[in-house]
Amino acid sequence: MAVRDYIRERFFPHIWCPGCGHGTIMGSMIRAIEKLGIEKNDIVVVSGIGCSSRICGYLDFHTMHTLHGRALAFATGVKLSRPELTLLVPMGDGDAFAIGGNHLIHAARRNIDITAIIMDNNIYGMTGGQCSPSTGYGDFATTAPYRNIDRPFDLVRLAMGAGASFVARTTTYHVTSMIKILEQAITHKGFSVVQILSQCPTYFGRRNNFASAVDMIKYYKTHTTPIGSKEKEKNPDLIERGIFLQEERPEYCDEYSKIIEKASEGR
Amino acid sequence: MKTNIRFVQGNEACVEAALYAGLDFYAGYPITPSTEIAELLSYRLPKRGGKFIQMEDEIASMCAIIGASLTGNKVMTATSGPGFSLKQEAIGFAVMTETPCVIVNVQRGGPSSGLPTSVSQGDVMQARWGTHGEHAIITLTASNNQDVFAMTVEAFNLSETFRTPVILLFDEIVAHTRERLIMPEPGEIHVVKRLKTSVKEGTDYHPYLPREDGRLPMSDFGHYHRYNVTGLMHDMWGFPSTNPEIVYELMHHLVDKIQGHTREISMVKEFLVDDAEVLLVSYGSSARTALHVVENRRARGERFGLLELQSLWPFPVDAVRKRCDAAEYVIVVEMNMGQILHEVKKVADNPNKVFLANQINGSFIAPSDILNIMRIIQGKGA
Repeated sequence: MAVRDYIRERFFPHIWCPGCGHGTIMGSMIRAIEKLGIEKNDIVVVSGIGCSSRICGYLDFHTMHTLHGRALAFATGVKLSRPELTLLVPMGDGDAFAIGGNHLIHAARRNIDITAIIMDNNIYGMTGGQCSPSTGYGDFATTAPYRNIDRPFDLVRLAMGAGASFVARTTTYHVTSMIKILEQAITHKGFSVVQILSQCPTYFGRRNNFASAVDMIKYYKTHTTPIGSKEKEKNPDLIERGIFLQEERPEYCDEYSKIIEKASEGR
Repeated sequence: MKTNIRFVQGNEACVEAALYAGLDFYAGYPITPSTEIAELLSYRLPKRGGKFIQMEDEIASMCAIIGASLTGNKVMTATSGPGFSLKQEAIGFAVMTETPCVIVNVQRGGPSSGLPTSVSQGDVMQARWGTHGEHAIITLTASNNQDVFAMTVEAFNLSETFRTPVILLFDEIVAHTRERLIMPEPGEIHVVKRLKTSVKEGTDYHPYLPREDGRLPMSDFGHYHRYNVTGLMHDMWGFPSTNPEIVYELMHHLVDKIQGHTREISMVKEFLVDDAEVLLVSYGSSARTALHVVENRRARGERFGLLELQSLWPFPVDAVRKRCDAAEYVIVVEMNMGQILHEVKKVADNPNKVFLANQINGSFIAPSDILNIMRIIQGKGA
């Protein structure tokens, strides 16, 4: 099928600003699903609130645009009630790390078979550029007019510490590897976290010395490096990308089906 | 015929009823005094292939049941006081997306952490208006185990019929009182099944286009109709819209589908009301005290009657008005500072004849609390 077979053209044009990285992520998600050949009826996409969450409306799957930060909690209900469905949960950084941080770590702890796709643009875009838990120390935002003094989360270490069994990071510059990582994340049985650095030229770039979206994408090229590369040894400030963790571990819905078996024995 | 009689607490009666009504999925978080519901269901649900999950918080529990409802399951969560506050945003999401679900709130003393192990009826208005924005909601209550059972089944039925969250507003006394429950036989109480769409695969399904009778047949997530669900104002496709006409229509649909069926939803019980000069209006465990007073006074030849409300929202206007008009005095008996009192005053022919007998200190309302008010009304002093 072609990419357009996976979108609801009726609902276009989309709301994303020119230069936004979110469309690149949506395109990559579609390409990954197309390669995997998953039936559209078997996919449920659950999002929260923010620029990222609008992806739901545009994708021709079962889609649920929920509450700020709560997408994973809704998705847990969908998945546990129908484990055969493939669950994709695109979230923004505010959505996933701030208001939804609790749900993220607990979905990871349960290792429930859901793919969390974190469209991380370091800013609250929908509300006009406030700092988020992934805004860098010293960056500027409408609520950090002097500079941001909060330290950002290291999502990769957070997800691994919480118990996710697949953890990866990529960027909107590295589209080919993004598609491959998404394929693996979706195929992985367990809780998968994919952090995708995505440019917000309108609200992050303009306040932080990026002249254009292209400059931001180039930054992802020059300031990231594959996991374990020699570059990282030379320059520790480089952001590593790739798959950090991929491990077979008991999955929540499988575990629950064993509970049902055990509970039914005594009937 | 062998009757299945059980000796249980109210929370257990609620669990039995939920299973009777076809509960498939429960998500919850521990909180006093509703915890027994979660404990019992964690044991009972998997025995019949259902799902139980203890979520990380109250908000997540509410969200999870909405997700599970959309895949075609009958769902429930239970909570108390602070947990009910936390669930409010997601209850609004269920209102907006018209997702059937049942929320049990076993009321305890509030505000805040309040009195976790004591009784109160302080959440009546929160059940009505707890989530933000204009909306309608259904709320049922009960005063004894048999009614807890009946109202719980009814909550599932109304939730499916009107595609709306239904709140079961119990209280600590009802939840923890152990008493007889006669288990209804299968089929004895009607159980409403979810209305599914008849639209075939390949034909456009409009998830939010009401039929002529106002009802919206559903399609399960995972089935062949793919559609969007959103908490934003939306059109018949479920796609976000700010078009004033669409917003106006949706607002009216959400409110009218419930307010317009107030008579159908209204449920009351009447005890000796036909010739009552003094009408007690009560609900939940307070109604047990009120009934005691009625029986006692009748024995002395005083014409007391009780109107027990089983549905609180939409407020059973007609039933209350009819009985208030005929009475000389009306005393609303409740464990708050007059949340239902004002509703009764609104519908009574003369609001000045409506009085409040209440208890707010965490102890169960006593007959003397009602009789003291009666003495004041009759000019006999406190």
